Amino acid sequence: MSLYSAETRRLTKRRFTKLFLLGVTLILAAVAVGMFFTNEKVGPEQIASAQAQAQQDYQRSLEQFQKDMADCQAAQGTAQASNWPPGCEGMVEPTIDNFQTQWYMPPTFNFRENFGDMVTTLAALLALVAFIVGASFVGAEWSSGGMMNLLLWRPQRLRVLGIKLAALLVFFTALTVVFSAIWTGLFYLIAQARGTTDGMTSGAWQSIALMELRGLALVIVAGAVGFGLASLGRHTAMALGVTIGAVIVFQFGLGTVLAMADVKFAEAYLIPIWMIAWMNKEVKIEDYNSCDFNSATGCVPDALTLTWPMAGGILAGVFVLIVVASMWTMRSRDVT
Amino acid sequence: MTAVLEIAGLQKTYRSRKGVRRALDGFDMTVEAGQVHGFLGPNGSGKTTTLRTLLGLIRPNGGRMAILGREVPESLPDVAGQVGAIVESPQFFGNFTAQDTLSLLADAGGVRKERVFAVLELVGLRDRAKDRVKTYSLGMKQRLAVASALLKEPKLLILDEPANGLDPGGIREMRTLMRNLAESGMTVVLSSHILGEIQLICDSVTIISAGRRVAAGSVADVLRSNTSSAVKVSLEPGVDMRGAIELLRANGAQVTVEHDHFMVGNAGNPAQITRILAEREIYVSELTPVSADLESVFLQLTGTAPVEGQNRQVDQTAAAAPASGGWGQ
Ligand SMILES: Nc1ncnc2c1ncn2[C@@H]1O[C@H](COP(=O)(O)OP(=O)(O)OP(=O)(O)O)[C@@H](O)[C@H]1O
Ligand SMILES: [Mg+2]
Repeated sequence: MSLYSAETRRLTKRRFTKLFLLGVTLILAAVAVGMFFTNEKVGPEQIASAQAQAQQDYQRSLEQFQKDMADCQAAQGTAQASNWPPGCEGMVEPTIDNFQTQWYMPPTFNFRENFGDMVTTLAALLALVAFIVGASFVGAEWSSGGMMNLLLWRPQRLRVLGIKLAALLVFFTALTVVFSAIWTGLFYLIAQARGTTDGMTSGAWQSIALMELRGLALVIVAGAVGFGLASLGRHTAMALGVTIGAVIVFQFGLGTVLAMADVKFAEAYLIPIWMIAWMNKEVKIEDYNSCDFNSATGCVPDALTLTWPMAGGILAGVFVLIVVASMWTMRSRDVT
Repeated sequence: MTAVLEIAGLQKTYRSRKGVRRALDGFDMTVEAGQVHGFLGPNGSGKTTTLRTLLGLIRPNGGRMAILGREVPESLPDVAGQVGAIVESPQFFGNFTAQDTLSLLADAGGVRKERVFAVLELVGLRDRAKDRVKTYSLGMKQRLAVASALLKEPKLLILDEPANGLDPGGIREMRTLMRNLAESGMTVVLSSHILGEIQLICDSVTIISAGRRVAAGSVADVLRSNTSSAVKVSLEPGVDMRGAIELLRANGAQVTVEHDHFMVGNAGNPAQITRILAEREIYVSELTPVSADLESVFLQLTGTAPVEGQNRQVDQTAAAAPASGGWGQ
């Protein structure tokens, strides 16, 4: 236990940790402030104004149409007729349906509909920070020789590395829980002031809670992967290098190659889609080059649905693989 | 006396892409309780490798080791609390202060917080304890390292080149510190290249060369058994030195002539010199055994004495000629 508290202390004492936490807090604050000012509450006044706007645009468009129609008919039989569709056919008269009131409504924050994206934003940012801080936490220790010192004090390698990892993950779990709670409260207030919190049934709350839980899992896996890679390579730069390499290879290289090779569902090989699948419970990729003909619905493109259990399996697999590999090399390597 | 540290037949081969390097080749070492023990050897002879292996940082390929009577590395977790060590200028995380660094170690090892201040005082860093380690000079980092090794009040203290970077005052303080610690019952193993220092503070030494032990025992024993048994001979003024030298050479002595005296290299029994000369009525005015110091014994044993006109490379040792005191015995 003493080792655990020492490691927690070491983690929170580091300037690197403090700097990144401050950075992420500022970014999150900026997002919240931005959402506050770009949204506004919708009341009878806004609805009336939107209706008026829609009506006005409809009228203007109708007048334009009538004028065009008159011009067209006047031009029939003259040289100008070629400027118009033959026989003035195909000129469509606008309907009021083309000017729906909702399109004229100012942006408003509907908690039930819009908060999900905010949860994903929070989880993605915290996961990034967990990765970098996790990598630097153990990487700096390896490259500075601090790990060797620690092993002189505690010659139990797996314990030392395991406790270090545990301290990191517990810290980020607590951090994510606190941040999620504040984030939820903050956006609930924003929704009340600049939108609506209608429809927040207990089911809706539950689904938000579950989503935040999935966000927590993402943060933990990111932290453990950063830690594991840095420990494997004994350097922070290693973890960051591997990730940047992976991102470039996966996102750009692989994406291009797969697209050129006309591979079906190429997106499924890319990382972000899996993150979205994990956070949003599922994501549907459609292959627009295919046609599943059906007399009732016509042409329906082939679709692949990635679900959160699939994404969760991949996350768990990556977590286990990297943690086990880092523990395994720790067990037998020469510390010089 | 009981052995605090025992190493027998230790083997270590480093393997890398560039090939294999045999760093330890059946190395033996014994350190008795309460001693200050010097661990000497040229660069790359395997001192740090030995200490790293002993402390469980690297895995040996063979041999057995015991600390305080317990087999290591198996029992290392049990004895680690009684072993304080620094291995080759340890580096500390630069952005923490000395005090934070030590207090984190104390936490990790379950040591009382007061010890942190005590050891900082002991190594003379009290007033700089709140500075970041990054801003320390080499010697200050070294002092911090020694402080970290002393933190747990060990029974066995292992210091790999603790004097590295210390100023003369610091070296002398270190010497007093070692002596005081040894008097309080601590066993100290000290690797160093400053042989004058070792000769002053160590009770016993082990000399390693190319991964093998070449000498061990008390400083006096090592000096005695490896001294070339040379004597300096001066004759009465006006006496024909050349005649005396020829006489001795005829009797098998190895004589080197100096300005106003000569040296007999293999004088196992100096009385022989006086007897031979006195028979021809030549009387010596001075007959002094030349006592070898640790440095020359070290250079001879490890075969690393500089040779005129050559740049000796590390890992290169002249075949160490065994010291013989044969003539005249
Ligand atoms: N990590 C390593 N990988 C490969 N070879 C190594 C490694 N560490 C040490 N060696 C080799 O092992 C041999 C012994 O090195 P060691 O560090 O034990 O020497 P040393 O006696 O401490 O020397 P010095 O007096 O210079 O500190 C050297 O030839 C060295 O090159
Ligand atoms: Mg060394």
